[in-house]
Amino acid sequence: MSSCFHCGEECKEEHLVFQEKDFCCHGCRTVFDILNESDLTYYYDLQEKPGISPAASEGKFDFLDNPEIAEKLLEFNENNTQIVNFLVPSMHCSSCIWVLENLGKLNNGVKSAQVDFPKKTVRISFSSEKISLKELVYLLSRIGYEPYISLKDYDEKDHKINRSLIYKLGVAGFAFGNVMFLSFPEYFEVKEFWLDQFKYLFRWLMFAFSLPVVFYSGSDYFISAFKGLRAKILNIDVPIALGIAVLFIRSTTEILLDLGTGFFDSLTGLVFFLLLGKFFQQKTYSYLSFERDYKSYFPMAVTRLTKNSSKETIEEQVQVYKIKSGDRILIRNGELIPIDAVLMKGEANIDYSFVTGEAQAVRKESGETLYAGGRQQGGILEIEAIKAIDQSYLTKLWSNEVFKKEKKGHFQSLINQISKRFTAGVLSIAFIATLFWLVYDPSKALNVFTAVLIIACPCAIALATPFTLGNLLRIFGRNKFYLKEAGVIEQIAKIDCLVFDKTGTITSNNKTEIFYEGLKLNAEEESLLSSSLRASGHPLSRQLYEILDKNNIQSLDEFNEHTGKGISAGSNGSKMKIGSETFVKENLTETKELNKTTVHISSNEEYKGCYVFKNSYREGLADLFKELGENKQLFILSGDNNGEKERLENMLPLNTKFYFNQKPDDKLNFIKKLQQEGKSVMMIGDGLNDAGALAQSNVGIAVSENINVFSPACDGILEASNLTRLNKYFQLSEKGIKIIKWSFALSLCYNVIGLAFAVTGNLMPVIAAILMPLSSISIVSFTTLATNLAGKKLKPGLAET
Amino acid sequence: MNIIYLLLALSVLVALIFFIAFIFSVKKGQYDDVYTPSVRMLFDDELVKPKSDKSNSTKNKKSN
Repeated sequence: MSSCFHCGEECKEEHLVFQEKDFCCHGCRTVFDILNESDLTYYYDLQEKPGISPAASEGKFDFLDNPEIAEKLLEFNENNTQIVNFLVPSMHCSSCIWVLENLGKLNNGVKSAQVDFPKKTVRISFSSEKISLKELVYLLSRIGYEPYISLKDYDEKDHKINRSLIYKLGVAGFAFGNVMFLSFPEYFEVKEFWLDQFKYLFRWLMFAFSLPVVFYSGSDYFISAFKGLRAKILNIDVPIALGIAVLFIRSTTEILLDLGTGFFDSLTGLVFFLLLGKFFQQKTYSYLSFERDYKSYFPMAVTRLTKNSSKETIEEQVQVYKIKSGDRILIRNGELIPIDAVLMKGEANIDYSFVTGEAQAVRKESGETLYAGGRQQGGILEIEAIKAIDQSYLTKLWSNEVFKKEKKGHFQSLINQISKRFTAGVLSIAFIATLFWLVYDPSKALNVFTAVLIIACPCAIALATPFTLGNLLRIFGRNKFYLKEAGVIEQIAKIDCLVFDKTGTITSNNKTEIFYEGLKLNAEEESLLSSSLRASGHPLSRQLYEILDKNNIQSLDEFNEHTGKGISAGSNGSKMKIGSETFVKENLTETKELNKTTVHISSNEEYKGCYVFKNSYREGLADLFKELGENKQLFILSGDNNGEKERLENMLPLNTKFYFNQKPDDKLNFIKKLQQEGKSVMMIGDGLNDAGALAQSNVGIAVSENINVFSPACDGILEASNLTRLNKYFQLSEKGIKIIKWSFALSLCYNVIGLAFAVTGNLMPVIAAILMPLSSISIVSFTTLATNLAGKKLKPGLAET
Repeated sequence: MNIIYLLLALSVLVALIFFIAFIFSVKKGQYDDVYTPSVRMLFDDELVKPKSDKSNSTKNKKSN
């Protein structure tokens, strides 16, 4: 079978050949045509089969005609220059960058376009006289790069990027280099005329360089230490701040009183290395967002139906926030219902997979309530809003206080525990040594006191954590497990309780198992069945049709689709009914198995049997639960009914507990209860209904089939195919903590050596200048090597998948 | 030996120039996206295939 020249998909039903190239659909062919006409076929040379089949988006962006909404999206708008920044999730390779940046060749209204690939955004400057915002969006959609525009874009415009760390690092690095250079002549204490001549100038220059380092680059440490002390916590920043302050004060006094060169080299080096560690830890996956709420999922505008003065119904595009209860709204195929509403007109076939993770679409009749977050599949609907947007069943969840507080506080607990003892130890050593020297030789007492504080500055300890965790974060990322920040790893290592969501998390959304139960169909019946399913647009029919034999497709003499019930079809004198149990078995009074998705079949009024649709569980799940169950408590919370309970019980280890019919609030409270019992809980979920639980848990992990599709706010995103490797991630996190402890021990050795010099009053600037970078560099190399070694164990698993 | 004052001043000045250039580049957002430019750089030397002789397609207005 040939694959599409544009997108690389296999050419199945709609195989097109155009200019001797294969295409899988009209969409792909059209994109090729557009690019070909504008001489942009270099797109295909750059990367093989780079394209994305464009999705139909007729009418989807009509709201951009509304000037008020368009104005909100534009970053810059003056005369005939407009700038807009679009998120394009489908961007994935260098060809994408190239074609997007050459957008001007497709339409001369586009002045320039610049891609930010890690963020998956494109910034387009265009002239609204030649191309409107709406036309621009449709142009992008036509070539397969549909921008993602959501309610969130309406709310926030400019989020400032915090670049202060990189500035601080730059300042410290700049000063460090220069100070090292200037302090070099005095390291060897050579008595030489010219050296003596210039040393005062050199010293004051070093002093000048160290000023911005202490007061700008190092300011965070003073602030954090102060905050810690006020909260009565001896955090790691206390000894660091103390070290920096003592280094600076002692060095300044030394040069003032002409006692020596001071320790400006160690001071600037210390701050530089510390900031480097911070910078390393700050690795972020900018194209993944860990802070999303419902606003990222919801559309910006909807079509409202209103009556004008002459009582004619008119359609208008309205911003979602302006919808009031009682408003009539039009929902097209593929659109999201932004608000709790009552269905007034149309055939609703709602896909709630956003909300519940359940992939099976639900049929609704006129008069039933539709909840916000569902996506219509099929025809046009008319609905009447019953609540405002932020009071909907789903969106109310976000008013829970869990979403307001930051999770931060818990993190860095390990290092704080150690630093508490460490600080106490250092201070007592400093005082004891000072007391000793006060008795023995008072002139040296102050010298020893400051030397102890300088040498004990826990630079190496402070570096161990960021480098270990930062490196682990990258290793996890390479293994398709993306964490929000390095501190999460420490939390993962402490988890003793795991809570799983069912649908979409431990089951796979894009794979359904279909079983047949009942009398065997003969060849003629089978052919009639597939022929009639072929003609039906219902999602279940499509799924069933996919697995059936498609050899003998025959033309139908009779075909009727009964909404919400099923199909009746006939051919060559035989008749067939396909659909719900009540529809197929005519004299049936009640349905027995409510908890299953089934399609029943009867041939010539004789009941044959039914196809049962089951979510398929991910492979290797039983093994995963067995491994995890050894030292952790396992729970499954499902929003579904308990239809699958038996199957799960048979498959998973005995100590797994199940809870069904859990609403989003229930899930959140369940986690809270576990935490109150002193458990450290990890929630693993996928849908928006898990969002509360994800936020409440110590570590919330969102499972996603495609990481470019949005997941709810969480601490980490795990690619679904890697879920069964969860235990490996746990092991690696625990190993990471061990590595940190080892490097603490290693850096303590350095501290002991340094203290030996300090306590005896022999600390020369050159010793400090050697010891400090040496300890830092060896710690960094140790942690990097150790984590990479530990991370190697993840690799074989990668080969398996 | 007083030349050392001049040398010192010069060396600090050169260091300062680089430092300011660094700050400036960060401020302009050059470090915000460190991936795309590495790819974009490779495009610049490539010409769009001038298959058909359309006059407007020959001018090469590539990325900036």
